[in-house]
Amino acid sequence: MTSVSVNLDFVGREYPANAPYSVGREKIREFAAATGSTHPAHHDVVTARGLGYPDVIAPATFAVIVAQRAEAQYIEDPSAGIDFSRVVHADERFTHLRPIAAGDELVTVLTVVSITQRSGLSMITTRCDINALGASVPDDDETAAPTSSDDAAGLELVSTVVSTLAVRGERL
Amino acid sequence: MSAPVGRPDVTSLAVGDVIGTRTIPVDRARLVRYAGASGDFNPIHWNDGVASDVGLPGVIAHGMFTMGAAVTLVAEWAADPGAIVDYQTRFSRPVPVPARGETQIEVVGTVGSIDLDTQTVRIDLTVTHDGARVLGKSQVRVAL
Repeated sequence: MTSVSVNLDFVGREYPANAPYSVGREKIREFAAATGSTHPAHHDVVTARGLGYPDVIAPATFAVIVAQRAEAQYIEDPSAGIDFSRVVHADERFTHLRPIAAGDELVTVLTVVSITQRSGLSMITTRCDINALGASVPDDDETAAPTSSDDAAGLELVSTVVSTLAVRGERL
Repeated sequence: MSAPVGRPDVTSLAVGDVIGTRTIPVDRARLVRYAGASGDFNPIHWNDGVASDVGLPGVIAHGMFTMGAAVTLVAEWAADPGAIVDYQTRFSRPVPVPARGETQIEVVGTVGSIDLDTQTVRIDLTVTHDGARVLGKSQVRVAL
């Protein structure tokens, strides 16, 4: 017998944006170095600006950092019933409307899209909508708390990350 | 703005063209470094005891490491990593990483489809370890 304890009540739950993630130049460089992303647009501000970007840009999978922080709100909730050591990634998709760049302040809305269970496996699909705060927000508003509503001034959808996690049951 | 120097010309590509290949060495130090950079500290990526307790063959690479390292081939071919507008993959098999020494991941990029109207191409990545595919349906859309 396999016991599957993932809580199905979480399907459809939306977690509004919480604290913004500040994208740092050195963090982009660190992530790029860790993944072997040697293109100078990740490392050198002059090259990045030459390509038309405001600062160094993040590699295509950098958004996973922001997405996994948002997902932690759900995965680490004891009532969600997810044993993290039994979690492996099943699939992942990044869609970028523009590259994430150093200086971005990102707020993420997490949605639990679906949970399906079959043969001792729970497959959990989540979507993270990653928005940049602010191009049109005046400087004196930059510490204003983000809101979850899309009509707030200066929220720009930058990337969407859809992840499916496989949670293996208690017995293999 | 004119296209960056070295940007591939979409009209000169054909479906099936190989855009490049890459061998990615992976050792435990690389996984520790990726864990720190990404914030993914799941112990199955650095602790043999935990990995075997949950039924894995030993410490395995982060799927997201493999995904992130594989796409560097496309970022460099495109001459602009910001040209990648969509990237998806399925993690079909784990990559075990030995406690000592290193193992390899092989990547081949092939033109999967071309859309002249939107100037985008789909690059399909074949990503293997020990001759077996570790990523499935690994597709990168690039705006050229």
